[in-house]
Amino acid sequence: MHILEIEGVSKIYGSVKALQNVNLSVRKGEWLAIMGPSGSGKTTMMNIIGCMDKPSSGAVLLDGVDIAKESGGALTAIRRDKIGLIFQQFHLINYLTALENVMVAQYYHSMPDEEEALKALARVGLAERARHLPGQLSGGEQQRVCIARALINYPALILADEPTGNLDEVNEGVVLDIFRKLHREGSTIIVVTHDPEVAREAERVIVLEHGRVAKEVLNKK
Amino acid sequence: MTMKRETFFLKIVACSLLRRHSKLLTAILAVAAGAAIVSGLTTIYYDIPRQMGREFRSYGANLLFAPAGDRAALTADEAGKAALFLPADAVVGVAAYRYNTIRINEQPFMAAGAALAEVQKTSPYWLVRGGWPRAGQEALIGQEVADITRLVPGSAFTAVFTDRQGKSSEHAFTVSGVLQTGGTEEAFVFMSLPDFENMAGAGGFDIVECSVSLPGADIEKLAARINEEIPGLAARPVRRVTESETVVLTRLQALVYLVTVVVLLLTMISVATTMLAAVAERRREIGLKKALGAPSASIVAEFLSESLLLGGLGGLLGGIFGFLFAQMISANVFGRPLSFPLLLLPFTVAASVLVTGAASALPAKSAARVEPAIVLRGE
Ligand SMILES: Nc1ncnc2c1ncn2[C@@H]1O[C@H](COP(=O)(O)OP(=O)(O)OP(=O)(O)O)[C@@H](O)[C@H]1O
Ligand SMILES: [Mg+2]
Repeated sequence: MHILEIEGVSKIYGSVKALQNVNLSVRKGEWLAIMGPSGSGKTTMMNIIGCMDKPSSGAVLLDGVDIAKESGGALTAIRRDKIGLIFQQFHLINYLTALENVMVAQYYHSMPDEEEALKALARVGLAERARHLPGQLSGGEQQRVCIARALINYPALILADEPTGNLDEVNEGVVLDIFRKLHREGSTIIVVTHDPEVAREAERVIVLEHGRVAKEVLNKK
Repeated sequence: MTMKRETFFLKIVACSLLRRHSKLLTAILAVAAGAAIVSGLTTIYYDIPRQMGREFRSYGANLLFAPAGDRAALTADEAGKAALFLPADAVVGVAAYRYNTIRINEQPFMAAGAALAEVQKTSPYWLVRGGWPRAGQEALIGQEVADITRLVPGSAFTAVFTDRQGKSSEHAFTVSGVLQTGGTEEAFVFMSLPDFENMAGAGGFDIVECSVSLPGADIEKLAARINEEIPGLAARPVRRVTESETVVLTRLQALVYLVTVVVLLLTMISVATTMLAAVAERRREIGLKKALGAPSASIVAEFLSESLLLGGLGGLLGGIFGFLFAQMISANVFGRPLSFPLLLLPFTVAASVLVTGAASALPAKSAARVEPAIVLRGE
């Protein structure tokens, strides 16, 4: 069963062809890594899958719904209900504590629930740092808050664009551990990365070049 | 334990304001400054008629009582009754005059007898070289009289009074002072009523000058009522004085309106620019919230609540500063303290909230337009 099916998707910014006729299917529970040189269209693809941008042509079926045809308001709702986002720059709200940052995602989704949010922070090993502001946390800790926030509403699809790009090896290991655990629990994960170490953890790797899928590799476990 | 959405909403708004205070201080100060000027001006504006009324009374009488028709004089009884119509707390002075011709060195002059203490109140602008009469048989002579007779303060003179039967009597006086007014009073010789009656005998009053601390319109009404109630007495407002009061007040009002409008506009512009800058600065945060699934309406609501709270805070501060500002002006210009207009405070706060709300509409709209895609692009 496929949670995501991309069919003949192109994205054109003026004269730049960021994506050209891309086809891709992702199974429920699959862990996919996207690699490729800078400017190859990885982030563009994440934005389209994450309902933050629309393709110039083609169809994107997320859980059976073609999000290429949806309007802005509907996309917001789909993004809120189905997508968990993890960023290279963490993007925590700097005037809210770790706990409140997680609760913001609950707030826009449904109900802020402190107990649940604390549990999510505990899962990424940050229970004791819940009341700290982002400025008082290390990069690795901030990324873990970001992951806790992405997971809090049980998204169908976790999108991570260079989640370890700003982290050292130790913290990269911590984040990968969390991803492994999520994968074991059945989460669907798409990770954009430059790091072969991170890509090796995924079940499948696709490589984008000039907006096209140039290569596909299945990792044997 | 779930938390109510409204509670969390307030929490986000409050944290944004409290934990990022320095950024918003400018906006609060802009609102506070605007509110201070406007509320200060309004306070003064409402106090000006009261204050100015007293100031204006230094320009002389604004209501006259004279005998009506061809009657020669008013009786003391009539004058007293008419004076009772004047509101006691507004009366500055009531001076009743008697006039008669006297001769000094064969030159005819007009002598005026009045309660001089009252004259000093109704005509505070009179400039006296020497002093006012203090003892009996002292007179205050006008500058014109002094020029003709060459009398100076301290000089003695003889006033010759001739009654209707042609019988003359001589009365010795000392000049207490010389009067300068720039008006017809300079041709008169002023003396106390007892001295005058000692010379001319008892009699009615020729004119009563009243100085009442009321606006022009009220004086008109008062005059009309007195004319109706006391036949034989003609009450006349001194229009020259009441009208110039009205003109000054109207101009002051126009000025206050103008300044208020300009200040409100400036406040709006500065709040709008601060807010636009805040939106630009917080693009990533707004993009993130949208990426988390916040609808545009939520973004607008959060942003507006923040600025309304800020407007209220600024308004409160401004209201208090405005009163201090008005207090300072009143003390410097009028030399009197003001009472704090408590009712003005909620109005100031409400006006500030309105102004910041209006000024934040455009920035809020631009906040709603921020694309969530920017969070992945890492701008
Ligand atoms: N909003 C935009 N307007 C114009 N061009 C854009 C826009 N967004 C992306 N592009 C272009 O599309 C191409 C693909 O960009 P994208 O961000 O997807 O690359 P990427 O693979 O994520 O690169 P990186 O590894 O550096 O993050 C680039 O050439 C980029 O300049
Ligand atoms: Mg990228």
